[in-house]
Amino acid sequence: MAIASRQVNTTSRRQRDLGHLLSQNLKGYAFISPWLLGLLVFNAYPLIASFYFSFTKYNVLKPPVWIGLANYVNMFTADPVYWKSVSNTLYYALISVPLGLAFSLFLAILLERAVVGIGFYRTVYYLPSIVPPVASALVWMLLLDPGNGLVNSALRSLGMSRPPGWFRDATWSKPALIIMSLWGAGGGMLIFLAGLKDIPRVFYEAAEIDGANYWYRLLRITLPLLSPVIFFNLIMGIIGSFGVFTSAYVAGGSSSGGGYGPGGTAGGPLDSMLMYMLLLYRYAFRYFEMGYASAMAVAMFIVILVLTLALIRTSGRWVYYEAGSRV
Amino acid sequence: MTAVATRVVSAGRRQRSSRRLLVELARYTVLTAVALLWLIPFLWIIITSLKPLEQVFARPPKWIPEPILWRNYIDALTNPGFNFPRLLWNSVFYSGLSTIGIAASCALVAYGFARMRFWGRDFWFLVMLATMMLPGVVTMIPTYVLFRVIGWVGGYAPLIVPSFFGYAFYIFLLRQFFLNLPWELTESAKVDGAGDLRIFLSIMLPLVRPALMVTVVFNFLGCWNDFMGPLIYLSDSSKFPLSLGLYAFQTKYQRAWNLMMAASLVVTIPMMILFFAAQRQFIEGITITGLKG
Repeated sequence: MAIASRQVNTTSRRQRDLGHLLSQNLKGYAFISPWLLGLLVFNAYPLIASFYFSFTKYNVLKPPVWIGLANYVNMFTADPVYWKSVSNTLYYALISVPLGLAFSLFLAILLERAVVGIGFYRTVYYLPSIVPPVASALVWMLLLDPGNGLVNSALRSLGMSRPPGWFRDATWSKPALIIMSLWGAGGGMLIFLAGLKDIPRVFYEAAEIDGANYWYRLLRITLPLLSPVIFFNLIMGIIGSFGVFTSAYVAGGSSSGGGYGPGGTAGGPLDSMLMYMLLLYRYAFRYFEMGYASAMAVAMFIVILVLTLALIRTSGRWVYYEAGSRV
Repeated sequence: MTAVATRVVSAGRRQRSSRRLLVELARYTVLTAVALLWLIPFLWIIITSLKPLEQVFARPPKWIPEPILWRNYIDALTNPGFNFPRLLWNSVFYSGLSTIGIAASCALVAYGFARMRFWGRDFWFLVMLATMMLPGVVTMIPTYVLFRVIGWVGGYAPLIVPSFFGYAFYIFLLRQFFLNLPWELTESAKVDGAGDLRIFLSIMLPLVRPALMVTVVFNFLGCWNDFMGPLIYLSDSSKFPLSLGLYAFQTKYQRAWNLMMAASLVVTIPMMILFFAAQRQFIEGITITGLKG
């Protein structure tokens, strides 16, 4: 009797526990359900579909037709514009990212020890980052006008008789885009500034007692301790610059007029500003070659993935993480 | 201490302090030079926007317009090629609705990840972190196809609706804030008979306001400045937001730089107001993005 009642008791408690557990789980999943749905619809499905489309000929109107590797073969062996866009994008990324990193780090180091006006300088350097990209492309097109833009006027008065043609010149259009991107270095600077603040003062004090000079402290304390932040900015910078679109679209399409033909995806003089995303956009949304454009997207995705993994893998050799552990 | 020793010490100090002064002078010279350089494009937008057209490319450059044409702003904003009230409304509509969606969905999901216990929670959280690494390029085309199939292309739904399903980075940010709130608050509310939704809405949500502000401000800015999204999904110029409207204006009036700069400034000013009103959130937000993202 006593045993029986205890048994009943435990089963009912277990039932209650089970019910509680179930309701807890239901509630938990209810809270994250918007994101779970989004994961399915806006991440998982598109990721899989991109791979699938990349093996098909697909113009949205008719169902996709499987063509195997044809898009990739075409892309890598028969499409000269494709490689042009790859080399343009690499040129842009490999110069603008290191240059931007160096410059924003330089500003952050200068600003970190500034006593007065830190808020003012920080605001001024960051301000370009909030300007709508179309507006900043327009003002740089004006500043870099080959004829009488402000920059070339300044260069002429400095004695340069034939200043660059910038966006109108195949050689100078990418440097012009890079200059434009440097104007936005303030965001990176803010991140570095926060990273510098996290370095414990003790290190510097100890080094000073040991008689270390400024350069020694910079190379042996500041840069190593800041390396995780540099590392992060490097990855984000490279991925970001692979996706460069608006500035090249606005500056490169200006001579061709909107509406007809490639329009904003024209790519500037001699395709010199034909960036990867520009070409992808052209194939996808001007020519509706969704299969080919998907192959381009998948190729880019794989490159970004490999790059990210490689950087994470090799980061142990040069990135310092706090608590002395090297990852 | 002897007088000689004092003199030596103070001489050394003087030397050191004069060197210090030199370093500071160099520091501020560089900082100020860069700041001036950084401000020139802003200055040039304003100057050009007030010029008569023939002075835009004057040789040598004209720093003060003669006469100062305030009219340019009226001309730009009433230009048939730049339907300002419509564009402004569209931008506010897009940025506003998207931001409401982001704030609501991200807070809800972040709370779930931070304060609820359920099977697979840590697994799903890892999946979410992984999606932060997923570049938009690889989801762009199928997403477009999806919206085209259900007939949403041409309107704002494809740009706004996804916001209601959360965004990994903001969820991550808000979760960190929810994690740091004391559990006693939850316990005592439960004792008082409050349900999870009640606790979330009336107790926890007000406490993560700083993080919510960062989310709101950044998402609003992102939508306002978004160019590629509207370019892909919208084709009717009466539906354009300001960013796309400005581009369309440029393709129609290529040479009217004075009007274009007036329009550019008008498109930029709301973001500047937002920035100065919420400067702390901006700087905090970028800092968190950079260090913990």
